[in-house]
Amino acid sequence: MQGKRVFDRVWPRLALVAGILFVWWAVTASGLIGPEKLPSPADVWNAFTSHVTGADGLLAAARGTLIRLAFALGVAVVVGTLIGFAMAASVVVQRSIGTLMTALQSLPSIAWLPLALIWFGPTERAVMFVVFIGGVPAVAIATATSIRQVSPLFTRAARTMGARGWTLQRTVVLPACVPGYWTGLQQAWAVAWRALLAAEIIRIGAARGLGHLLEASTSAENISLIIAIMGVIVVIGLVIDLLFSVVDRRIRRKRGLLVPA
Amino acid sequence: MSDARPLSLVPDLSEAPVKLSFRDVSKAYTTGSGTVVEAIRDVSFEVGTGEFVCLIGPSGCGKSTILNLLAGLERPDDGEVLLDGATVVEPGPDRALLFQDPALFPWLSVRGNVEYALRLRGTPEGELRDTAEHWLERVHLAAFADLQPHELSGGMRHRAAIARALACRPQVLLADEPFGALDAQMREILQVELQQVWSELGNTFVFVTHNIREATFLADRVILLSARPGRPIEEYRITTPRPRRFDDALLRSVVLDIHERLSEEVERVAGEEGLRPGMA
Repeated sequence: MQGKRVFDRVWPRLALVAGILFVWWAVTASGLIGPEKLPSPADVWNAFTSHVTGADGLLAAARGTLIRLAFALGVAVVVGTLIGFAMAASVVVQRSIGTLMTALQSLPSIAWLPLALIWFGPTERAVMFVVFIGGVPAVAIATATSIRQVSPLFTRAARTMGARGWTLQRTVVLPACVPGYWTGLQQAWAVAWRALLAAEIIRIGAARGLGHLLEASTSAENISLIIAIMGVIVVIGLVIDLLFSVVDRRIRRKRGLLVPA
Repeated sequence: MSDARPLSLVPDLSEAPVKLSFRDVSKAYTTGSGTVVEAIRDVSFEVGTGEFVCLIGPSGCGKSTILNLLAGLERPDDGEVLLDGATVVEPGPDRALLFQDPALFPWLSVRGNVEYALRLRGTPEGELRDTAEHWLERVHLAAFADLQPHELSGGMRHRAAIARALACRPQVLLADEPFGALDAQMREILQVELQQVWSELGNTFVFVTHNIREATFLADRVILLSARPGRPIEEYRITTPRPRRFDDALLRSVVLDIHERLSEEVERVAGEEGLRPGMA
């Protein structure tokens, strides 16, 4: 039963990968698209395996990118959550800072890059700033919304049992807003991930990253490596997204919010 | 038939000291579109200690408003709401409130929900588990203590909500159509259980319902409210001894009486609004 469930979930994905590989192999092997435009799957695999390790390797680049992400997103989550609490607690903050957050969200974070370069120069701080400014509004808005959407039924029930003030916030509002908050974090990570790679491609910051590596490989003879790097970016994105989804499913299943498929 | 009427239309004359009182209470709301709706006007009644009172009336008669005022979730525009002679200003664990939705916390287990109420009462951590078990046994849920609320059936969720409310050791239990969303069988089972719990614990009980049968089955006294703005128009004392049976002939005659009076009230309102039956 359990095994069949896993199989049901996995096979459409495996079929997709197999399908893409087959079409890719077919168009390259048949000569329909030349190797200067699209190398074969085998060429890309070779480029990948020969660039995994080393100072300019994919591992080192991925590590640099992920550390940057963890740091900038971590700070964005803390700041965004605090702003979100303030927005939920006060109508004045909601109307002022809340409007600012909505305004910021409508701006693609990479649009901050020119300003960041002028303020911080082509440094790590400029990259971090772009990721941070992209993550904060997403987290703040999700936090405030999830708190505001806590069912009044729960707060009424807790109040009649004698909970008020900080106790009411801590024991009812906080746990009740977790599912919505987690969804917000998932959105914030996606925004931050895209902002980070975009900033890296524009090649700022001294340290290595997947974006830097991608930009450094921009020449026809490196086409296999370019595709390999893109593949690594996609795989990292899928894995992190999967981790978020696993936690999300746990939160929802426990609360009966997950409709069994 | 008329000899057997167990009714008296006079106020409760029992010796029990007054627990709750409503004195000339009025409450109005402003709706989203800006109209002011008068929910209740000049409502006065008293509930004795240990008494089981049911409030019944046409929909929109302000039943829930009365309950929210008793709970302290709302304040009256006019008049006084008193508990043991003191003005009610805020909700407190001395008055537990049951809703139509069991309102169990979905992030806690059934046991966790009961322990939540116990913690607020200041029960020492070491006694939480046993005390929660005690209240869950009382509503026949001990075997389901470790489940999450969504894993229970509708009736079991209501039992868990009752256990949680009782765990607060309230002096007064307030219930706002708590079984309104359940099927008829489950309603009857819970009514019997509730009657038993009430007989054993002796809490004061104020129960809002639109189900006349439920009201007569459970209550010492049924207060019939008028259509909006609500105010008491009739009181029925029900002296049938407990445990009561649903097929009790006396209870059924009271049900018919209340039904007739309630129909009159509904028709009076329909008449005032120019919507006599048959014209719609």
